[in-house]
Amino acid sequence: MMGWQLIRAWAIAVYVFMFLPVGVVVLLSFNDSQFGSFPMTGLSLRWFAELWSNEAILRAFRTSVALGLLTALISTTLGVLAALALVRYRVPGANAISTLLIAPILVPEVVLAVALLLFLDFLGLHKSFALLLLGHVIFTLPFVVLVVQARLVSIRRDVEEAAMSLGASPAQAFFQVTLPLMRPAVLAGGLFAFTVSFDDVTGTLFWKPGGVETVPTQIFAMLRNSISPEINALGTAMIVMTVGLPLLGAAIARRLAMKDGG
Amino acid sequence: MSVEAREARQPWILLAPALSAVTLLLFVPLLFILVYSFWLRTATGADQPGFFLDNWREALTDPFYRDILLSTLRIAAITTAVCALMGYPTAYFIARSRGDKLLMVLLLMLPFWISYIIRTMSWINILGASGAANAALMALGVVSEPVNMLYNEAAVILGLTHYLLPFMILNVFVSLEGIDANVEAAANSLGATRWQSFLEVTLPLSLPGLAAGGLLCFVLGAGTYITPLILGGPRDAMFANLVFEAIITQLNWPLGSALSLMLLLVLGALVAIYNRYLGMTQLMKGLG
Repeated sequence: MMGWQLIRAWAIAVYVFMFLPVGVVVLLSFNDSQFGSFPMTGLSLRWFAELWSNEAILRAFRTSVALGLLTALISTTLGVLAALALVRYRVPGANAISTLLIAPILVPEVVLAVALLLFLDFLGLHKSFALLLLGHVIFTLPFVVLVVQARLVSIRRDVEEAAMSLGASPAQAFFQVTLPLMRPAVLAGGLFAFTVSFDDVTGTLFWKPGGVETVPTQIFAMLRNSISPEINALGTAMIVMTVGLPLLGAAIARRLAMKDGG
Repeated sequence: MSVEAREARQPWILLAPALSAVTLLLFVPLLFILVYSFWLRTATGADQPGFFLDNWREALTDPFYRDILLSTLRIAAITTAVCALMGYPTAYFIARSRGDKLLMVLLLMLPFWISYIIRTMSWINILGASGAANAALMALGVVSEPVNMLYNEAAVILGLTHYLLPFMILNVFVSLEGIDANVEAAANSLGATRWQSFLEVTLPLSLPGLAAGGLLCFVLGAGTYITPLILGGPRDAMFANLVFEAIITQLNWPLGSALSLMLLLVLGALVAIYNRYLGMTQLMKGLG
């Protein structure tokens, strides 16, 4: 079983490769030294305190959250409706429609960014928060469609039909039976849209008006100088947000599912 | 209206918002930049509508653009190969392991939730002049001065590999999971060595997953804008950087349109070839 041991060692090395750099960011964010690098001179929370008093970062954070929430709201609405149609009806050309809907992630992001910027500018919508929002919606839509579709498959139409045969109107059946069952799917889609939006740099750099920064573009701008301990602290805060939020979401979804089940 | 007719219309009502969004915010804009790429940016800075081939001639014949396109494709190809080399055995390990597969797969999904820019810049902490690698080398006495490991093509490939590896592993894993374990056992019982049964049974059956992972790595890698800016040096620009340069810095939108479409055509051709032989379903499986 020499071969198997070798494969195992290889796999472990790959996991270390995946997580070590991120681990180092988290470690260095607690470094007391005023340089964002080794050696560690002591543990401290001062860089998190600095973050908290950095007006530019807080502003970027508020922009990112507002943008992410609005994106999630619109994109999840569009995506859930489309996923419902694809999963629950026999639509002619369903495969082609699926491909069309995920096209925004098949096109290189730069090309999508250029096309949208130039077209909307031609129509008179210049770089603005609105343009940024439209860009994020179209870029996150495929993820929502894919995630929601995968989860909706498990909700069978029989359940709704059973409710109707027991006297519920179609609207009642939808709102009282299907919608609650869909809640985890909708939540997952929304979280996905939020995180993808919160994370996006490339499109955002094309679409954002001057002076407006999101957290990733703020980090990008700060990296131009050199890596500072503040960036590591910001990185750690982002990791907590983007990893912690979905975990919290999953926990809530499980709690909801348990409540509905029991 | 009959019940059937209403039933037939319902899905289209549900699809209408998403399909209009994709049409108005992606397909029409793509057509628009196709038209735009034939316009001309005049010396005054205004765009002159018309049918001029100047931008395309510049984009296709200027050796500066050609060289960067070729080096972009080379970087994407090397990254894809490295991902396959690192990813395949890992996916094989997860698929055949008796341990907690779900946990191992979830761990692989975790990086998707960690900001791309954070993951990219994290390598500065490792490779930088006072980063972990240099600190370790100096502590061990291997070197006395920090070695310069950042801001070159290798660092760009490393950063891209780090970003794209999970796509490769997940795609290969999905296809390995789909292979009936009995097939390999049957080959073994018929006298094949483990290595033979892997080479002649498992590997061919998992090629669709490897191809799907490879396509994703290549297309995403070749379209990268941020990684060369953070980990590369001034001479490591990739094609997306040229597009940004033309559109945002030089404000030459017709030329930028032509360059964008060039990138789209090259990568689109790859996706089309892939689709022709393997179909999109494998790709959807890996994405979902």
